[in-house]
Amino acid sequence: MLAFIIQRLLQSVVVMIAVGFIAFSLFNFVGDPVSLMLPPEATSADRDEVRKSLGLDQPFYVQFAKFVGNAVQGNFGISLRLGRPVSQLLIERLPATLELSIIAASLALLVGIPMGVYTALKRDSWFAKFILTISLIGVSLPSFLIGIFLILIFAVWLGWLPSFGRGDTVALGPWTTGFLTVSGLKALILPSITLGLFQMTLILRLVRSEMLEVLRTDYIKFARARGLTNNAVHFGHALKNTLVPVITIAGLQLGGIIAFAIITETVFQWPGMGLLFIQAVQFADIPVMAAYLCLVGFIFVLINLIVDMLYYVVDPRLRAERSGGGH
Amino acid sequence: MKLLKKFSLSTASAVMCSLLIGAANAKTLRYASQDDPQTLDPHSSNIQPTNRVLSQVYEGLVTRDKNFKLVPALALSWSQPDAKTWRFKLRPNVKFHGGETFTADDVVFSVQRALSPLSQLKSSVQGVASAKKIDALTVDLLMKEPNPVLLNHLFNFRIMSKEWASNNKSETPQNYKDREDTFASRNSNGTGPFKVMSRQPDIKTVLVANENWWNKNSPEKGNITQVDLLPVKSNATRAAALLSGEVDFVIDPPPQDIARLKQNPDVKILEGREARVQYLAFDLSRNELLYSDVKGKNPLKDVRVRQAISHAIDIDAIHEKVMRKLSVPIGTMVTADVRGYSKDADQRLAFDREKARALLTDAGYPNGFGITLDCGNIQPAADICQAIPPMLSQIGIRITPNIVPQASYFPKIQKFDTSMYLLSWGTPTFDSLYTLQALLHSNGGESSGNGDSNYGRYANPKLDQLIEQIAVEDDLKKRDVLIRAALLINTAELPVIPLHQPLVPWAMRKNVVAVFAPNNTAHFFRFKLN
Repeated sequence: MLAFIIQRLLQSVVVMIAVGFIAFSLFNFVGDPVSLMLPPEATSADRDEVRKSLGLDQPFYVQFAKFVGNAVQGNFGISLRLGRPVSQLLIERLPATLELSIIAASLALLVGIPMGVYTALKRDSWFAKFILTISLIGVSLPSFLIGIFLILIFAVWLGWLPSFGRGDTVALGPWTTGFLTVSGLKALILPSITLGLFQMTLILRLVRSEMLEVLRTDYIKFARARGLTNNAVHFGHALKNTLVPVITIAGLQLGGIIAFAIITETVFQWPGMGLLFIQAVQFADIPVMAAYLCLVGFIFVLINLIVDMLYYVVDPRLRAERSGGGH
Repeated sequence: MKLLKKFSLSTASAVMCSLLIGAANAKTLRYASQDDPQTLDPHSSNIQPTNRVLSQVYEGLVTRDKNFKLVPALALSWSQPDAKTWRFKLRPNVKFHGGETFTADDVVFSVQRALSPLSQLKSSVQGVASAKKIDALTVDLLMKEPNPVLLNHLFNFRIMSKEWASNNKSETPQNYKDREDTFASRNSNGTGPFKVMSRQPDIKTVLVANENWWNKNSPEKGNITQVDLLPVKSNATRAAALLSGEVDFVIDPPPQDIARLKQNPDVKILEGREARVQYLAFDLSRNELLYSDVKGKNPLKDVRVRQAISHAIDIDAIHEKVMRKLSVPIGTMVTADVRGYSKDADQRLAFDREKARALLTDAGYPNGFGITLDCGNIQPAADICQAIPPMLSQIGIRITPNIVPQASYFPKIQKFDTSMYLLSWGTPTFDSLYTLQALLHSNGGESSGNGDSNYGRYANPKLDQLIEQIAVEDDLKKRDVLIRAALLINTAELPVIPLHQPLVPWAMRKNVVAVFAPNNTAHFFRFKLN
């Protein structure tokens, strides 16, 4: 098991270097940050001087080699847009993104799974049909539109919730949290619904179809024949067996939520990594983009690793294979 | 880590302060903009989002009043003992936010810092070789070349405390190459009407009124005691935050939302004129255009073709439909509040398709020609870029609009990789020379500064000569005559076709009293909250 984990972590280094290399080869096309760092009225001599001082006059592989060299020492360079160390910026923004993603993902799981079970068990009830119809909206509407609708309704019309920002935060060491203040909690509501809605409806529909599948299998019939209660059949046997594909999807989606909260963060001016990234793209802020993409590569590898390990927990067959595979 | 603690502490103290001052006097303006300042260093960034904030915190020798006239700030008076010297008498008893007393040493130090290789504000001390302290409250600026409009440049010059800078190892502006941030890029210590109380880049920056400001009894002063600067990137969210009352003021409301915002009884729009002109320019150098179906010659070199294009542009339609009335059509490259503007030069060719067709026929293009128009993807440029092709197709000129992301657009036209392009040009010095030299002087190569933004490489020896005369003419009256002559050449020759001066809308809640400034900056000390 330990060898497996180490192997995966080593793979993540390869993934990050590959991501970094591809990113750097593309940076030539994102534009010239210098033209945005200086006013349009700047002289060409000014621009050349700045370009040279940033090392942007060198070919991309030289820039990439320098980036890797510095990154190994934990130095990701300095943001061209904000003039501050990239690693510091990412550390500052990470809590906002993680808190939002965790709430969104919990919302998706805690609401999605029970509703999926309900719609599978009571498939003919009007409420289940209503939920399924509503879930279509979640799957099909793009999240920026949902975000703007929510802002319009809850911030502009009703005035209940803030339309942007993270509210007041409390610093616990390096971590800033919005969980401990009223305004912080209020600010979480709209963005986390926006971010989690798609995942919620996806999980709901996935659980429903898996559940329907499982309920038709023989062992469920045997369980019923044994006279087990409905609850034991549904939750002890059926639900547990639907969870393997759900974990896979949920894991991948969590990676997606963390890495690509970009749109939600932009709509709500949520001060997380996604907002940092989108502003970096618009500014051609190469150090931030490179570090962010590498970090996202790492997060994906890590989440996949956790998902692989969760399989062992929920599926006894895999455990049996491993322990029996010693010959 | 330290930084974050400081943030939370300062937020806490902000709350305490506002509690102490009491609700009766505390007037907090919540200000939203799509951009955040790049840095707090007074000399490392010369782009608008930075200048908008730092000009509240740092001051220079001169400033501009409500009517945008140059008036004394940290200087009391000035004189020119000889052509190469400007002498400034400094204001006594001025304190920096940190308590240091302002003296001639700070001016000498700040001039040096602004002239240092890492500075982005060299243009704020254009022509200055060095500064010399005469006594504690007198300073000489020694010129390496004459600059009759030095005061216009000095408006953007910012003075910081020498003592504070050297105590905090911030003697030079931030060097991006060294991969570290400096103390002065995160903290500030000016003499201005507001001081920075806390700053979280991209989240919130809090300014509080400087109780000890030397000019606190100015008749122009409003009642703002605190400003929360809130960057909100998304257009729709920024407008929503204003409508829901979460912010009081938006300096850059989305143009497409202005009409709707105007209908809201709680919101008002203030339209002001920014010193900026949007214009069309052409490749006037190559003998065959890069992006055109005319081979072997460059149709744009014929002044009749350029006149035809100008005649074919329905500027009123652009004003009504594209700019939603937020523009003033203009016929010259400088706006009325810029020194040297002349009414005679501000003449547009009338919208007249018949005349345009006749001019094209005379020039030998009775059936027109095809050409690509390059534009950046920001508004309103991208919309204008789509409005112009159908207008010109009426006279046979077939335009393919090519809208490129802003970050790629400048490198493209800077390489002269264009046949026709749309750009806007501001005159931050409020003096015509700046615009003439950069846009209309023939391109003088890397370091001369001449024709630096003349991406069409227009060259007219007569105009070059005029511009060089303007640069050295001491007599302001004579100088104005020369400027007029130079601007008239553009009106006749049309190497660039000015379209309009964009009107800048500011959106705010009904209780905000704002004062517009042509540099599109909200000078908070003049603002009032009712």
